Amino acid sequence: MTAADFQAVLPEFILAALAMLGLLVGVYTGKDRTAPAMLWATSAVLVVVGLWIALNGEGSNVAFGGMFIDDAFSRFAKVTILLSAAAVLLMSESYMARRDLLRFEYPILVALAAVGMCVMVSAGDLIALYMGLELQSLALYVIASLRRDSLKSTEAGLKYFILGALSSGLLLYGASLTYGYAGTTLFDGIVAAAADEPPLGLIFGLVFITAGLAFKVSAAPFHMWTPDVYEGSPTPVTAFFATAPKMAAMALFARVVHDAFGGIVSDWQQILAFLSVISMFLGAVAAIGQTNIKRLMAYSSIAHMGYALMGLAAGTAMGVEAMLVYMAIYVTMNIGTFAFILSIERDGRPVTDIAALNQFSRRDPARALAMLVLLFSLAGVPPLVGFFAKYTVLLAAVDAGLAWLAVAGVIASVIGAFYYLRIVYYMYFGEEVEPVDQTAHPVLWGFLMVSAAIMVLGVANLFGIETWAANAAAALVD
Amino acid sequence: METILLFAPLLGALIAGFGWKIIGDQGAQWAATGLLFLAAVLSWIVFFTFGGETQQIQILRFIESGSLSTDWSIRLDRLTAIMLIVITTVSALVHLYSMGYMAHDENFSEDESYRPRFFAYLSFFTFAMLMLVTSDNLVQMFFGWEGVGLASYLLIGFYYKKPSANAAAIKAFVVNRVGDFGFALGIFALFFLTDSIKFDDIFMAGPELAATEITFLWQSWNAAELVAFLLFVGAMGKSAQLILHTWLPDAMEGPTPVSALIHAATMVTAGVFLVCRMSPIMEFAPNATTFVVFLGASTAFFAATVGLVQNDIKRVIAYSTCSQLGYMFVAAGVGVYTAAMFHLFTHAFFKAMLFLGAGSVIHGMHHEQDMRNYGGLRHKLPYTFWAMMIGTLAITGVGVPAALFTMGSGEVGTPLGLAGFLSKDAIVESAWAGGTAISQYAFWLLLVAAVFTSFYSWRLMFLTFYGEPRGNKHTHDHAHESPMTMLIPLGVLALGSIFAGMIWFQAFFGEHDRVNRFYGVPSHAEAHHGEDTHGDDHGDETGGDTHAEAEIGWVPGGGAIYTHPDNHVLDDAHKAPYWVKTAPFVAMLIGLAVAWLFYIRNPGLPKALAENQRPLYLFLLNKWYVDEIYDFLFVRPAMWLGRFLWKRGDGGTIDGFLNGVAMGVVPFFTRLAGRAQSGYIFTYVFWMVVGIAVLITWMSISGAAE
Repeated sequence: MTAADFQAVLPEFILAALAMLGLLVGVYTGKDRTAPAMLWATSAVLVVVGLWIALNGEGSNVAFGGMFIDDAFSRFAKVTILLSAAAVLLMSESYMARRDLLRFEYPILVALAAVGMCVMVSAGDLIALYMGLELQSLALYVIASLRRDSLKSTEAGLKYFILGALSSGLLLYGASLTYGYAGTTLFDGIVAAAADEPPLGLIFGLVFITAGLAFKVSAAPFHMWTPDVYEGSPTPVTAFFATAPKMAAMALFARVVHDAFGGIVSDWQQILAFLSVISMFLGAVAAIGQTNIKRLMAYSSIAHMGYALMGLAAGTAMGVEAMLVYMAIYVTMNIGTFAFILSIERDGRPVTDIAALNQFSRRDPARALAMLVLLFSLAGVPPLVGFFAKYTVLLAAVDAGLAWLAVAGVIASVIGAFYYLRIVYYMYFGEEVEPVDQTAHPVLWGFLMVSAAIMVLGVANLFGIETWAANAAAALVD
Repeated sequence: METILLFAPLLGALIAGFGWKIIGDQGAQWAATGLLFLAAVLSWIVFFTFGGETQQIQILRFIESGSLSTDWSIRLDRLTAIMLIVITTVSALVHLYSMGYMAHDENFSEDESYRPRFFAYLSFFTFAMLMLVTSDNLVQMFFGWEGVGLASYLLIGFYYKKPSANAAAIKAFVVNRVGDFGFALGIFALFFLTDSIKFDDIFMAGPELAATEITFLWQSWNAAELVAFLLFVGAMGKSAQLILHTWLPDAMEGPTPVSALIHAATMVTAGVFLVCRMSPIMEFAPNATTFVVFLGASTAFFAATVGLVQNDIKRVIAYSTCSQLGYMFVAAGVGVYTAAMFHLFTHAFFKAMLFLGAGSVIHGMHHEQDMRNYGGLRHKLPYTFWAMMIGTLAITGVGVPAALFTMGSGEVGTPLGLAGFLSKDAIVESAWAGGTAISQYAFWLLLVAAVFTSFYSWRLMFLTFYGEPRGNKHTHDHAHESPMTMLIPLGVLALGSIFAGMIWFQAFFGEHDRVNRFYGVPSHAEAHHGEDTHGDDHGDETGGDTHAEAEIGWVPGGGAIYTHPDNHVLDDAHKAPYWVKTAPFVAMLIGLAVAWLFYIRNPGLPKALAENQRPLYLFLLNKWYVDEIYDFLFVRPAMWLGRFLWKRGDGGTIDGFLNGVAMGVVPFFTRLAGRAQSGYIFTYVFWMVVGIAVLITWMSISGAAE
């Protein structure tokens, strides 16, 4: 390990070291009593590291003989991951504390998952990829079942673990096939082997790796775990699942298909388009039947992954840019939406039934309005930011000659609009039901309002995110 | 000054429409009326100080798109100046009149504030009309054209609680759409041909257009003819000429001041104005102008026949308007645009007055409009009676033919007579001088129409003001003269009806160079025509000359009206024989005599005649069954098609499909997805394996295909 190598992984190193330090401190001091302080400290570290990467990173640095890549693309993904992880941690505190869930391991696990994600998006080698993926997954398995005394929570953790193990198996199988046919685990080598006329075995390797990654982004038909895990996990954990890991897995997806299989775009384009269209429609159709808002958000995220995959399926720099913009906006919207969901309580207990929102606008017009903005944005209604997210991916798909996919996306978004708007309908025109509590924790309230405000104000120029995404895409796609 | 003039009505409309809650009912009325009077005063100043040179006053850049680049600007020439005084004067007087007329209205309850709305519409109409006449290009004109259409729609349907008023408003709007479609096509064609919509560019292209062929509806046409025809279709709609006339009588559903302003004096003359404005094109389209003459004369005759038997006082005047518009088109069609403008000018005064007078009668008779229930009202409504009398004298054409003094001297003297007498005679003489078969047709038809005009006008007078009171006795007992706000406008318009003709006769219809000077036509054309007028047999002398000049069209600064060098109709009209010049006067006397016989001498006669000639009577009473024919030909098929597309197309197919998808197909898949989500891990694994299997199979096949 040279100094240059170390320089490249410094942010991950710091995060990992602090996480382990936190573990020691926690164990040897007040255990769970240190949890709030730990949580705040972890958030602060995540934000600081995120900002450091955002402001300090420059150029493309390859470390460890090509296994680790630090470029504009990975930095874009890392900043999104770290900031969203910090946001979710902050939102968790009050919810967790009041339900006696605030263990000091929680922020540490989140931090370790974040390290894993950072490694994922920087992976330049199948081994590094798997290492990052497993570090992330193991942390997530644990926090999914954080509420050990809850049947649903443990069930969610177990399901996630078993299915995740299966997907890891698929991915590893694909990786070994790829290694077998390419003779190397380095992406640089694979892309050379997979040019022009790739052997069928390499294609099989691509399919299996794709399947493993599709599981992580919860793209249909590898999505089945999502609703159950989203529902069973404590809500802050669900919020975390819906944000940072999605960004990481999607970025890793882009990294693999472009860096390792960039020579056979037409092959993986078909797979991604297939996954995209299935996800969009399944997410839209299945969500209609849901009454639990967490399950609904699970299907919503499946549909959104379909749109992000549409951008990736374009196979162009424009497509990657569209995907990154889409993901950044998606993460922002979801943070706001989960801030709302976390704040819905009746007599101090969380409520996840959609029907509980009936006539909510009368009790708390400000929050109802913010949620309305977010839901419209999720549905992709112009002129909110969510519309521009969809617009860019559709544009990229049409530009790449996938007009049919864009048309399918539009149809699916029309179907999907139904369940978002139904929540709005309940909030504004629904029947009178037993009211939910009116107070929201100030942190949640703040995240909700800021997120909604971004959906409105971002219309001007999307806060310049497009330029960053374009740089990132240019760094990935030559 | 022109800009202030133009925007004062708009300001009035905005104040009255949006500010009445602040300044109150009365305040809104006075604001709108005051601003209109300001505009009227400015118009007269413009009219008198105008030197003849065409001016363009830019207000703002309007459209910049490709090769289309146009300003929003005021084109001030003689045509505009004439229209300005007509519009603002009548509009100002109608505003004043409406204060009295609209003070009480049984269509609205006491606490409803309908008056500011009415004044806002009136002022908005005036603004749109001013936009139309001051426009410097066709798009700006179209804007005004549609603006007046909108105002007309709003005002006809002002009593929106009456179904008949709503129906009439829709009818007016729809029928005008047909005409506007032609107008729009004309604008497109002109832009296509000349790559410009500015009047200056279009006017200069006249000779060029006459030499161009254009394909339209799979056929080749002369460009000038086609453009002139399409523009005239627009004029037909707005000016209620035959085929597209049906909306005008129904438009009488609007309040009477509206009928006076929009459906008599101003908006309906927009078509005539358009034809005159487009004279540099029209002059190169002999076939299209022949069509204009034919249609104008036919309309004049048709409307006059229908007017003979109508019983609603406003409908009589409405058909009269329709008929008089036909006169104007005949004049424009034969090439004497100035005579058309002259009649437009005088007609505005006496027709507005007739309508306002009728409004005064209706007001005094508690909204009774059937003339069969009037009678003997001249004592109850003395001022109204005298105003109506002056109007009737003017429209029927009472005066002393100038030919009596000047016959043989070769000069064009000013005849003595009321406004309508002078201008109508000018048109009849022009028709006679047109020199073609169609213009002869027009001449005779106009003479017959003049007899009818005289008859129905006097019939109206006799039925209303003479004889025994008929109808509801209570209404007659309470008949009362109108307030001063309504009588003052009548007085002012009466002055105009008497003197407008004599004062401006020389300017509109005098010697050729006098007329040219009035319209600012430059001197070289004047000199050329001067030669022509002095030579008695100019045909041979100037023959070669004329052919050389024939190619010359309108030139920049060429005045408001262009007449082709071959167009000598104006001079020929002055040389009309004695009998032609006195014929309209005789026609008037015949009409008067018959009316007197029918309604004063022997009131039983009309009934007997109607019984005797029942089919003819019904034919006229039902307006030649035009509405019924349209109903059968257009309305019912359109309704059927609309209902078909609505029920079957929209309701059945589109809604059915979407509802089917939304309520059948999507929920089906939702249930399916719900069932697949069993909660068992093996199901989930199964689907993942299925996914892998599908992808592997697919990639093997597509990979092998490569």
